[in-house]
Amino acid sequence: MFSATSLNRKNDRNETAVRWLLGGMTGLLVLPVVVILSVLVYKGGPVISFEFLFTTPTKGMTAGGIFPALLGTVLLVICALLASVPFGIAAAIYLSEYAPDNWLTRVINLAIINLAGVPSIVHALFGLGAFVVFFRFGTSILAASLTLAIMTLPVVIVATRESLQSVPHAFREACWNMGATRWQTIRRIILPNAVTGILTGVILEVCRTAGETAPILFTGAAFFLPLLPQSVFDQTMALSLHLFVVSTQVPNMPEGVPYGVALVLIAMVLIMNSLSIALRMYLRGRKKW
Amino acid sequence: MVTVTAPQGATPHLEVRDLTIHYKQFAALENVSLEVRQNEIFGIIGPANAGKTSLLKAINRMDLFDSSMRVEGQILFNGINTRKVRNVYGLRRQIGVVFPLPVGLPLSVYDNVALAPRLAGTKNRSDLDVIVERCLRRAALWDEVKDRLMALGSLLSGGQQQRLTIARALSQEPQMLMLDEFSIAVDPVTTMRIEDVLKELKKEVSIILVTNLVQQARRLADRTAFFLDGKCIETAVTEDLFTGAVQDQRTRDYVEGRFG
Amino acid sequence: MEQNQAQSPSPPLDTRFDRLNSDWYFDKLAQVLMFIGGISVIVFIIGIFVFVSIEGFGFLAGKFEFSEFFFSPDWRPTSQTKETYGLLALMAGTASVTGFAMLVAVPFSLGAAIYIAEFSSGKKREFLKVTIELLAAIPSVVWGFIGLTIMNPLIIQIFHVPVGLNILNAGIILGLMAAPIMTSIAEDALKAVPDRYREAAEAMGATRWQMIYKVILPAAKNGLLGAILLGVGRGFGETMAVLMATGHSINLPTSVFDSVRALTATIAAELGETAVGSDHYQALFAIGIFLFAVTFVINLVADLIVRGVRKG
Repeated sequence: MFSATSLNRKNDRNETAVRWLLGGMTGLLVLPVVVILSVLVYKGGPVISFEFLFTTPTKGMTAGGIFPALLGTVLLVICALLASVPFGIAAAIYLSEYAPDNWLTRVINLAIINLAGVPSIVHALFGLGAFVVFFRFGTSILAASLTLAIMTLPVVIVATRESLQSVPHAFREACWNMGATRWQTIRRIILPNAVTGILTGVILEVCRTAGETAPILFTGAAFFLPLLPQSVFDQTMALSLHLFVVSTQVPNMPEGVPYGVALVLIAMVLIMNSLSIALRMYLRGRKKW
Repeated sequence: MVTVTAPQGATPHLEVRDLTIHYKQFAALENVSLEVRQNEIFGIIGPANAGKTSLLKAINRMDLFDSSMRVEGQILFNGINTRKVRNVYGLRRQIGVVFPLPVGLPLSVYDNVALAPRLAGTKNRSDLDVIVERCLRRAALWDEVKDRLMALGSLLSGGQQQRLTIARALSQEPQMLMLDEFSIAVDPVTTMRIEDVLKELKKEVSIILVTNLVQQARRLADRTAFFLDGKCIETAVTEDLFTGAVQDQRTRDYVEGRFG
Repeated sequence: MEQNQAQSPSPPLDTRFDRLNSDWYFDKLAQVLMFIGGISVIVFIIGIFVFVSIEGFGFLAGKFEFSEFFFSPDWRPTSQTKETYGLLALMAGTASVTGFAMLVAVPFSLGAAIYIAEFSSGKKREFLKVTIELLAAIPSVVWGFIGLTIMNPLIIQIFHVPVGLNILNAGIILGLMAAPIMTSIAEDALKAVPDRYREAAEAMGATRWQMIYKVILPAAKNGLLGAILLGVGRGFGETMAVLMATGHSINLPTSVFDSVRALTATIAAELGETAVGSDHYQALFAIGIFLFAVTFVINLVADLIVRGVRKG
């Protein structure tokens, strides 16, 4: 009797210790987000102003704003989305609705995993070799956004495939039984019910695209440009590269500027990401079947 | 195996010849032959795993979407071999199906019923209105939903969804209706109402009624086939099954409730 | 029955349904387009390999010497007297930073995964998962910036070393970057262990920790291993953060306070200054081939291991 109670007490103590240890570790992972955000807001916040966001950099980028970089990032994201979303959604529809369980499907899945796993700098090399040199797009918004598009393709594919597969199979069978073609079924029933999930994936892709630096280094982003880009064959500045430049490449940089750039970049990414998370939660809360 | 042959002159609406269905190595149906005449209710009874559902899937070519399913033999619908049919979607439009679990598509009640006509090219709103009301009435659902045609079909009660499924199956004016144990998810009152609907529908379409309720087959079917372990044991005029005028002891045992 | 047949004369049998209409052709067209979308992914991955190889081929056929490339610590592609293309120091840089990152990330992300999967529920679980997801969303250039501006002075102050951009700095940064993905995959693996295992262990009177340690962890072993491998792949391929936080000096490191240079960072830093087609340019692409090959293998193995779990 006595020994059993003692053992129980020891177990309880161990249990509590383990719980605290694991909780502490989790906390240490979560903590950096909070710390980083506070430091960035504290040091970068004062720099942010209307001028900072909407004017061009001056005096060797030590003064003025970040407008060309901001605009460049937006342009790159838009062009990359235009290129990757159709392919990504088509690939996801193929995998979810058509693909038989055979070697080809396994190879496609493997390719997606590798596309996501190849280092971003290798994507940069590919973009340089393929789009800049081989297809003769030169270092341009086009070459950079195509590189980004291929790199972030897995994000759209995985999210879209998941949301397509969350539509119950019974709906498909019901449509097929009525004589609807596969495409009619996808178009009328499956896509409308998966669209929020697909949107979540697209927003996630925007996040990834906006934050990437390495793939655009040699394919279309420039350290500094006096003029805004006029067409997709021009180079552009980009927010992510601008952060790299102002924090490592420019002497006598006022301390606040890089923090300001970092704050704008991270705010952009985190807001988009939160939007996607909120959308997902809304989706889960909504009952349609 | 005994098959009641059709009288001379009446072409069978659907004819199944030596049908064998495999799932990978497992034989779900072996050498089944039967025929369904025009404007009759053809009942199929038998215990679980007798291959009843597989037969229905093979008839409207759902095997195309199930890579593990292998079908041999012939199925003739209107004299056309459905195994060789080019436009399976056209075939399926002629054959409405109702499966055991009701499926209300996540569309409004109206759109649920109007979906198939729309896909087939009916755009005119007033035409659609007519079709929707007619199909819902035929499925005995109109009175319950006429005031909420825009409510989500997938949120109706189980019994209502099953009748919605029937209305949908009727919406493209099929020549044949196949029902697979439709009463599983439906309360008895609704079941009786649907049964009345089927008796009416018989005037317009041929019906295959797969059921696990022997008495349901007795109430509705003109002729009935008994399936067991993937084989069609025998086909007979329904009343004969219940008066003992059948040849196989297993049929008699099943009908009298000794197994299954 | 006979009567019934007689009463309703058979309508003429309709065989028009078997015609191929526009819907049918449209369906086929859609199928082909979707198939092209699916195939495109394979085309892209092969394209990456082919284009990187084409640009790197000149080097492999010319200046490349196996023993120098893999075993010489001297990376001097711009030397006036004799160019050398040794990756050893760069590989040591990548390996030391990735290794240190794993020392940080493996225990913490496994700990966090266990905590989230087994010790938390409801709102707390949701909150932790969302935060980890946000952690994963922070761009690598921002991490590099943090290494540069926050970690650097911190390390100098705490350890009294002259430079704070070193293995320690980059390792911690990289660990934090790899942790979210490892945590979420590890959590998936733990969640995939069937509840009956938990119930059986509880029925035998095991405490929660005993249950996790003796039952859950062994059952989720492969998934956890896959998570770690993916983390390694992530660290191995990371570019901007290691470029900014390692100090970027070629070095065979002897302590965590040494600055190093990584394979990826070398490409990022030098490619902009090379002429297209030059030996140096081609050598950087050859590094790219090496990076591609290694990550390909890591991802392949990780996928096989994780999928082995799901089947079993």
